[in-house]
Amino acid sequence: MNLMSSKKERIDSLAASVAEVEVAEAGTVKDTGGESLIAGAWRRLRRNPIFLIGLTLTALFVLLAIISPWLAPWDPAAQPLIDKVERQSNPVPGPEPGHPLGGDNRGRDLLSRVLIGSQQTLVVGVVATLIGLSGGLVLGTVAGAFGGWADALVMRVVDVMLSIPGLLLAFSLAALAARPSQWTVIIAIAIVQIPIFARLLRGSMLAQRHSDHVLAARALGVRPSLIVMRHMLPNSMGPVIVQSTLVVATSIIDAAALSFLGLGNPDDRRPEWGQMLGASQQYLNEHPHLAFWPAGCIIVVALGFTLMGESLREALDPKTRR
Amino acid sequence: MSEPLLSVRDLKVTFTRQGAEPFHAVDGVSFDVRPGQTVGLVGESGCGKSVTSLAIMGLLPRRGNSVSGQVMFEGTDLLGLSDKQMRERRGRDLGMIFQDPLSSLNPVVSIGVQVAEVVQRHRQVSKSVAMEEARAMLDKVGIPDPRRRLREYPHQLSGGMRQRALIAMALACRPRLLIADEPTTALDVTIQAQILALLKDLVSESDTALVMITHDLGVVAGMCDDVNVLYGGRLVERNMRHDLFAAPAHPYTNGLLGSIPRLDSARGEPLDPIPGSVSDNLPWAESCAFAPRCPSAAPDCLASSPELVPHGGGGTDGEGALRCFHPVVPAEVAR
Amino acid sequence: MLRFVVRRLLQMAGVMIVLSFLIFAWLRSLPGGPVSAILGERATPATRAALEKAFGLDRPIWEQYLLFLDRIAHGNFGASIRVQAGTDALEIFLDRLPGTIELTIFALTIAISIGIPLGYLAARRRATILDNVSIIGSLVGVAVPVFFLAFLLKYVFAVQLGWLPVSGRQTPTIDATHITNFFILDGLITGEYDAAWDAFLHLILPGLALASIPFAIIFRITRASVLEVLDEDYVRTAEAKGLTSRVIRGRHVLRNAMLPVTTVIGLQVGSLLAGAVLTERVFSFRGVGDALAVASTERDYAVLQMLIIAAAAVYVIVNLLVDIAYAIIDPRVRTR
Repeated sequence: MNLMSSKKERIDSLAASVAEVEVAEAGTVKDTGGESLIAGAWRRLRRNPIFLIGLTLTALFVLLAIISPWLAPWDPAAQPLIDKVERQSNPVPGPEPGHPLGGDNRGRDLLSRVLIGSQQTLVVGVVATLIGLSGGLVLGTVAGAFGGWADALVMRVVDVMLSIPGLLLAFSLAALAARPSQWTVIIAIAIVQIPIFARLLRGSMLAQRHSDHVLAARALGVRPSLIVMRHMLPNSMGPVIVQSTLVVATSIIDAAALSFLGLGNPDDRRPEWGQMLGASQQYLNEHPHLAFWPAGCIIVVALGFTLMGESLREALDPKTRR
Repeated sequence: MSEPLLSVRDLKVTFTRQGAEPFHAVDGVSFDVRPGQTVGLVGESGCGKSVTSLAIMGLLPRRGNSVSGQVMFEGTDLLGLSDKQMRERRGRDLGMIFQDPLSSLNPVVSIGVQVAEVVQRHRQVSKSVAMEEARAMLDKVGIPDPRRRLREYPHQLSGGMRQRALIAMALACRPRLLIADEPTTALDVTIQAQILALLKDLVSESDTALVMITHDLGVVAGMCDDVNVLYGGRLVERNMRHDLFAAPAHPYTNGLLGSIPRLDSARGEPLDPIPGSVSDNLPWAESCAFAPRCPSAAPDCLASSPELVPHGGGGTDGEGALRCFHPVVPAEVAR
Repeated sequence: MLRFVVRRLLQMAGVMIVLSFLIFAWLRSLPGGPVSAILGERATPATRAALEKAFGLDRPIWEQYLLFLDRIAHGNFGASIRVQAGTDALEIFLDRLPGTIELTIFALTIAISIGIPLGYLAARRRATILDNVSIIGSLVGVAVPVFFLAFLLKYVFAVQLGWLPVSGRQTPTIDATHITNFFILDGLITGEYDAAWDAFLHLILPGLALASIPFAIIFRITRASVLEVLDEDYVRTAEAKGLTSRVIRGRHVLRNAMLPVTTVIGLQVGSLLAGAVLTERVFSFRGVGDALAVASTERDYAVLQMLIIAAAAVYVIVNLLVDIAYAIIDPRVRTR
């Protein structure tokens, strides 16, 4: 079951598949040579071109975000081409020496904005994922570790949140913000991911509650909280890492969608690719390059994270482990 | 002696995987099956017995392996047939039943359709005739209330019923040869005996030859006329059932006998399992593969490869054979 | 089978009840509460108080919740203030629903009719060029933001090449009779085939953009599922019975492989609804999605609330239908 739809069955199968691995590990299966989950996954990943491409794209993106202040020839908020915007009937200045991509509709250097844009894009993707993950961690741990009514309550709410299409939920949450900002965008995207992470963790924990190592720890009288923290959570990390990688891509794309609908951050002094893409829509027919540069960057980065996530999932899947 | 129905000669199946050494799963196996006869292929998992049966049926995956040798069935080499010709033979002339009856049945198709589709395919009859035939087959394999069962699905049947249904499918077109690959391994002990009895009745009644693939010498003792013992992809011993049990000559056969519980063994007397596992095998090309696990191994076992030598005695037509430098002497026979 | 459906209906009712709680809480958490949302910033204390009384906001919270449920049960979601000022939210929804249904059905048809056969072929020809190209294509398809793909299609095929209409549901100059508001259906009923054809042409570009993600997902799940089924023992049994490859493919492989695909198709309805918001906006396609886009941008909460409830209801109902379809294919669910 590998696909990018972020809903129940897929979440559960992902959780179950990794739990299966853990059970197999516990049983010291002969034909895997007894190697650990991580070592086995890494051995397969190292030779997987899809993973390597994804890893390279992702690494380049992070590197770009770090060094872009030194690469960008202009301050992204400065308006060196503002004269051209005002003088010409054409509001978007074309390429010229010193401005290889030209400027945007407010006379700012497009190349610098695309380069610097990597920073906020990385922030949106990673922070939204981390918030979604933390929320899901709390809910999923409560549900999966304690079971009973806590589980029933949490899962009802989670199921309902999942029954609203994710982006629609993000739209309506973003619409709540009186004054939109980068943070309202991040939070709207992140909340949508909470039920997905919660379900994932719960599934993985439930699968482990009856596995041998947890039963053994329980029989030895280890405190429940310690069992959760030391045994169950670490073993759930496989599916969580896979899902997080994919969610970074989703978050970046979703942020672009919010900007496109006018629900994004109106302050564009520190640009973000989704915001640039959203702002470019009214110039599309005459100046499509304004959209193509940020869109191209989003596609490449989203592809990088997706390739990495999908190949990680495959590597952790016991069915492909032979 | 009648002509053999199936005659396997020097069958070799080699699995090739990118980046890995070619693996000889079956390494020159030969044996005969005469009409109506029951022949056992015996050995641990990984000895090549299942691969042999899949090769006979032409069911090995298309990629990643190479098959050589001869599989003569009624004068035709099955290995030389096209995919289409083989498809016409399977289910009609050769039937096969598998180990796990639940996973071997399609969960979303009714039992009736799964039996009837074989009849429809090979006898060009209408659907209703095929269904009627399916009902008769279910009745014949001892499924009570077959008319109702036709409409039911695999998950609604018990394990024993499922295996009966699989047998019904395999025998629906009255094949002359039936291959049963560990047909009772996945079943409860009480059901095992019923299924074996059923198989025995059905093949003797219709004069169908049966190749029984098993790791369980208890099954062999109750069913087979001839027994072929495989180890590491090669035949190590062949004999008539009675002679094999009375006087196992290969240390491996002896070990297999020693590792099954017997009614007449003394209370508390420990079973005597074969030490090690198939992963300890040596290459057959320059040694005896079984040597590392063999109680009577000697230096020559590691230095040269033993041949399969016919020894005249035993076998339906005096074709008993043995591949060993240091056969078990009667005094050492496992009790 | 009946028991199965009843059980699912009960579950669905539970989901809708919890959903009503959430939406109620969502409305209460609006900045300044629902009254500010309706009156905007110009509200005077007097009008505020009047409206609060009219909405029962001075009553205890549980009573407010019951009032809220009562209004919803009567289809009273309030009037729009921005999307179509003064029009009832429910009316806006019903008016725009046919367009979105046409669009999503068209997109889902494309996604299924290409995704399933391609997924099957890729699995049968595993690790060939066809397989690798389709996998990479499906991954790229997911990485491209839906509205950008819509942009791109519009720019290339409508603006530059002029092959297909740039926007809308139908060319305004066509004098079409509308009976059901399903424009294609209307054209077929009234015999105005040119109007039906025109409406169809308007569906193609937004439909393709909208189909991209469901296609990618249906393709990949089909491929994975076929690969899994091909490895199953019962396929080997079918081979051992000497069945023709046509029977094996249809009865034994595809029928089992379709089980997860069915579930996933149901789940895709969610991504279609969200995608419709974006593509309808790009193509100014007068549908529910366009209304929702405007409602969220302009903060028209009456419409937004109505559409969110509708989206969740559609999603839950479609998945109920999918589960029933699943039960029809899979006897293990039906006869448990």
